[in-house]
Amino acid sequence: MAFGPFLLLALMEGMVSAAVLALTAVGLSLVFGVMRVVNVAHGAFFMLGAVTAWYVAKAVPGPAVAGFLAALVVAPLLVAALATLADRLVLRRLHYDPEATIVATIGLLYIVEQAALSLFGPDARPVEAPFTWRLQLPWFGYSGYKIFVVLAAAVILLGVYGFLTRTKAGLVMRATQVDRQTAQAFGIDVDRVYAGVFALGAALAAVAAVLVVPISQAHYKMGADPLLLSFIVVIIGGLGSIRGTLWAALIIGLGDGVISMFFSPTLAKIIATLLVAMVLVFRPQGLFGAKA
Amino acid sequence: MSVRVRIWGLHLAVLLGLWALQQVLPPYHANNLARIMVLAVFAMGYNIAFGYTGLLSLGHALFFAAGMYGAGLAVWQLEWAALPALALGLLAGGVAAGLVGLLALRTAGVSFMIVTLMFAQAGYLAILYFGRVTGGDEGFVVEAAGRQLFGADLATDGPRAVASLALFAVAMLANLVLTGSPFGRVMVAMRENEERSRMLGYNPFAVKLVALVISGVYSGIAGAAYGVMFGYVGANFATVQYSILPLLYVLLGGLGTVLGPLLGAVLMFYLVDFASSLTSAYLMVVGVALVVLVLFAPLGVLGTLRERWLKWLP
Repeated sequence: MAFGPFLLLALMEGMVSAAVLALTAVGLSLVFGVMRVVNVAHGAFFMLGAVTAWYVAKAVPGPAVAGFLAALVVAPLLVAALATLADRLVLRRLHYDPEATIVATIGLLYIVEQAALSLFGPDARPVEAPFTWRLQLPWFGYSGYKIFVVLAAAVILLGVYGFLTRTKAGLVMRATQVDRQTAQAFGIDVDRVYAGVFALGAALAAVAAVLVVPISQAHYKMGADPLLLSFIVVIIGGLGSIRGTLWAALIIGLGDGVISMFFSPTLAKIIATLLVAMVLVFRPQGLFGAKA
Repeated sequence: MSVRVRIWGLHLAVLLGLWALQQVLPPYHANNLARIMVLAVFAMGYNIAFGYTGLLSLGHALFFAAGMYGAGLAVWQLEWAALPALALGLLAGGVAAGLVGLLALRTAGVSFMIVTLMFAQAGYLAILYFGRVTGGDEGFVVEAAGRQLFGADLATDGPRAVASLALFAVAMLANLVLTGSPFGRVMVAMRENEERSRMLGYNPFAVKLVALVISGVYSGIAGAAYGVMFGYVGANFATVQYSILPLLYVLLGGLGTVLGPLLGAVLMFYLVDFASSLTSAYLMVVGVALVVLVLFAPLGVLGTLRERWLKWLP
């Protein structure tokens, strides 16, 4: 294959990872922005979404589309319910103290991962894609499902953006993000907002996982990479800034696709982690955030 | 009885108790005890940063691994003897902590946690990436020639017991002296109120950096000793899990107490040991322990004891 088409393929693969990454990272960013909680269990929620998708796809009879659509509904709801429970039982009792919640979500990560290992098992299991249509380009054929993933992610992200900017609930969330105490003084039930945000963040991770699972298989440790990459994206985009997160997801996703096609993926990860550390040290507001 | 006598009496009694345990325990548990004491030295180092100075790091695996690889590679690649290799490990831990601290200490709180986590992750990935030198994922065995100290092989039962107790004793007494010293007080002052300490004329950055380097030295020698005494060095010891482990020990045993890390290590070690005899799900135990601890006993066992009854506990 010539260099041009090869680069095109790398960019298309990059778009797919950028789309999934954007969904996952926006969930993480939302939780950090509004609640100031660094949710280390975010990757575990992602994994749980994928595992649920596998169970649902197996349980629903008929064509693969039916199971896929069912999973797209069930997985986020289930994961959101679990997140709400975690918020009620643990995070709220810690009064959302940033350091205590990190330790607690690390614990949560271990619990969820171990539960998945015990119930789901150590094997990676595939989920059938809802359709097998292929886009035939002059140089190579490309999975139509992957294109669908990009479009679906874009639609969902637009929905989230609309929800945050156009609805009352979104306004309440943003008000809480800007100033928790003033919001409370205006009669906003901050505890409910936090529970809602935490559930929404977890649901976004679960949706991303359902979308990606026909491409990459469900596995109990699959949450580690999305977690790390989401961290990177959220930090580079500026902690708590949704727009910055989206831009960063696009750049990191495309960059990851291209770099790992031409260089060693381990080297790419080393560079990315060091970059994140340096950004936090020298530009804590992120590369896209305004100076605080 | 003056407080000073009480403190030294208690800690010397603990050392004596450990020595007595080594004499009576069967080999399996004596070996566990050696492992626990080395890990407790690691946790003690962690406690100096987290418990006393208030620096919650998620990257101490890097310092532990720096010590372990510093000593292990010196033996494996350069064929050094055990003593200089251990010294190099200690140094490597301190230098790694100093370098990370120079950058990471410009941040605080959550950012500090993430920066240290990212540096440790980069360190782990670097070990994998330079697999030709480091042995990569599989790690390597520390050969018998590199485990000789004063004519005894440190990886055999008897010498290992003596060496681990000696290391633990030195580390604990040094910790005791440190917490009683003026510098120890300043560390605690940084944790309690950084602004006020600054106003009193102390430089927060310098104090924290020194505390972190001391913490790194502890982690480094613990890592080096672990590698030499158990004869194996592997990338596994550089993973996030080895940053969480000392955090867990300290949280369980007691934040900012000299004996807390040991108590936490003993309790956690046998809790996991006991749990893995029931189920294979030992990570579940770690997870539940973390959640329960931050929820119900954020000060740990000894921290709670000190708050309620034993006000003099260092």
